[in-house]
Amino acid sequence: MGYVAVKGGTKAIEASVEMYRNKSQHDEELDVGVVRTHMNQLINQVMSEASLYDRDLAALAVRQAEGNMEEAVFLLRAHRSTLPRLHYSTVTNTRDMFVERRVSASFKDIPGGQILGASPDFTHRLLDDSDVYDSGALHEETDVSAYGYRLDDLPKVVDYLEQEGLFEKYPEDDREPDDITKRSIEFPSSRSERLQSLTRGQTGAVTSLGYAEIRGYGYSSHPNIGEVRVGQQPVHIDPFDDGDAYYVGDVELTEVEAFMPADGAEEESEGGQEKTFRIGYGLTFGQNETKAIAMSVLDYSLSHPIEGVATCDDEFVLLHVDSVESTGFISHLKLPHYVTFQSVLDRVRQTKGEKSE
Amino acid sequence: MKQNYAFLDENSKKEIRRKTLKAIAIPGYQVPFASRELPIARGWGTGGLQLTLSLVGQSDVLKVIDQGADESVNAVNIRKLIQDTTCVPDTIHTSEATLIQSRHRVPEVPLEPYQILVLQVPLPEPLRPVEPSERITKQLHADREYSGAWLRLFEQIMKYGSITDDADYPVLVNGRYVMAPSPIPRFDNPKLDDNDGLILLGAGREKKIYAIPPYTKVSSLAFDDHPFEVESFDDVSCRESGLTGVYMDELVDDETGETYYVTNDTSYMLEQLNKAGSVR
Repeated sequence: MGYVAVKGGTKAIEASVEMYRNKSQHDEELDVGVVRTHMNQLINQVMSEASLYDRDLAALAVRQAEGNMEEAVFLLRAHRSTLPRLHYSTVTNTRDMFVERRVSASFKDIPGGQILGASPDFTHRLLDDSDVYDSGALHEETDVSAYGYRLDDLPKVVDYLEQEGLFEKYPEDDREPDDITKRSIEFPSSRSERLQSLTRGQTGAVTSLGYAEIRGYGYSSHPNIGEVRVGQQPVHIDPFDDGDAYYVGDVELTEVEAFMPADGAEEESEGGQEKTFRIGYGLTFGQNETKAIAMSVLDYSLSHPIEGVATCDDEFVLLHVDSVESTGFISHLKLPHYVTFQSVLDRVRQTKGEKSE
Repeated sequence: MKQNYAFLDENSKKEIRRKTLKAIAIPGYQVPFASRELPIARGWGTGGLQLTLSLVGQSDVLKVIDQGADESVNAVNIRKLIQDTTCVPDTIHTSEATLIQSRHRVPEVPLEPYQILVLQVPLPEPLRPVEPSERITKQLHADREYSGAWLRLFEQIMKYGSITDDADYPVLVNGRYVMAPSPIPRFDNPKLDDNDGLILLGAGREKKIYAIPPYTKVSSLAFDDHPFEVESFDDVSCRESGLTGVYMDELVDDETGETYYVTNDTSYMLEQLNKAGSVR
């Protein structure tokens, strides 16, 4: 009879999976539909980081991940890898967005007005144990009939600056973006690669780096939000590339244009530089206002880098904000490293030996 | 949910195979690819897994190793995913496998020309310890500017009296590219040189594929007066099998507190033990 070494990896793994499943079994069923309606903000964040717009699948992922953001994003990204990419949308213009919320921190009286919409910004963060949240009791519908503007044709705040000559519009660039899910980023990065990475970035990571950027590292100044808008953006595809585009649906987006006061660099007028406005841009799936604002700050800092500042370094920012990559690599430290550690031991012992000789 | 054959969609697999061909054509050069997210975590072998999934066909026989063992938790996990999505047969015997995915080890049994060894790579850039920027390391590779890598080894000698790089010891491939051989022990570096089989290396998180084609010259960086050294197991033998000259795990006996050694490549040890007349 031959020798049989101690085995059991398979059994141990099966037992671990079983324990995990048992641990997450509960007395009450949690309906995915309930997650979808009650965990809306979590779903928005998960869709944004997973770059897959599907509320039902995001709700499924959130439930399966027991509310763990990173895990839910991971599930959805893995699912995304199984899907063939059939079409790119045609260029969409956010001027066509059906706006549900829109605020400007720069001008009081913007054409079309400030539209507060639904936001937790002005609620007092007091824990509320009344059953309002459970009962599903609706408050009275807000009356929006008095509003005089078309919500899918609102002007942009930046237009005003442009008319004044305080903002120089960049030439439009409607080239097909470099798709970072089909080609890896190479540095120096293109703006489309930067915007994609940032919008897929982990909400917390993007927020932290954006915060660092305006707090003292890099741009180190207070940007002004020209406009935050949240709304439904129509998406079209042109499958036969004949200009005959089809409407495929709406996606909820958050868009931010931040005004960054800056030196007018190139054309110095005699007697000194001019101050001008530049723009930082943020766009995310779903309502993710803080992330979109932080994204706009980082978009600006990466487009106008300052030497030696980490938050202006595209490699530093883009390679580290991804949730699936950072959590994956950090968690892999749990895996066995017996072979490499043996190799380290060998070298450490060697240097000890060299010393005592 | 229904899954694709080998998990990924066909276009993704095709793209990975194309990048793999490029990697084979330029030995040791890191080819960027659009790494897909898989149902196992980034950093847990997704680079190797994408290579395996894009290559595995119905006629393949699969072996998965982690830390020298087929039963190590991560090996089990990866093998299960590949089998669940392809139904290919598996083996623990190196010589029976056509496709071998491994983490941290090159098997003790030499590869045959019909075999492909896929290594999982956490950190593909050999110059990363001397240069954090990808943009700059790419330039350094283009210029064959490897003085940073050499200087690092030289500084170790100055500081510690010997080269202290442990696993993932840098190699020069085909006289052109300095390459990270993935964290295999130095012990396995000589096996890469003039190998009969194809060796592919995949880094999922860092989005790179690179390769050592069969019969390629691979030499570990070293100096004439400080030659390359592998981990020393010269004066020990495997407690289970009596094998010598293999990579060993160092273990401690629960009862006596004594240190003892066991062959790290578990399937190789089993094969040796099960050979007729070898029962100890």
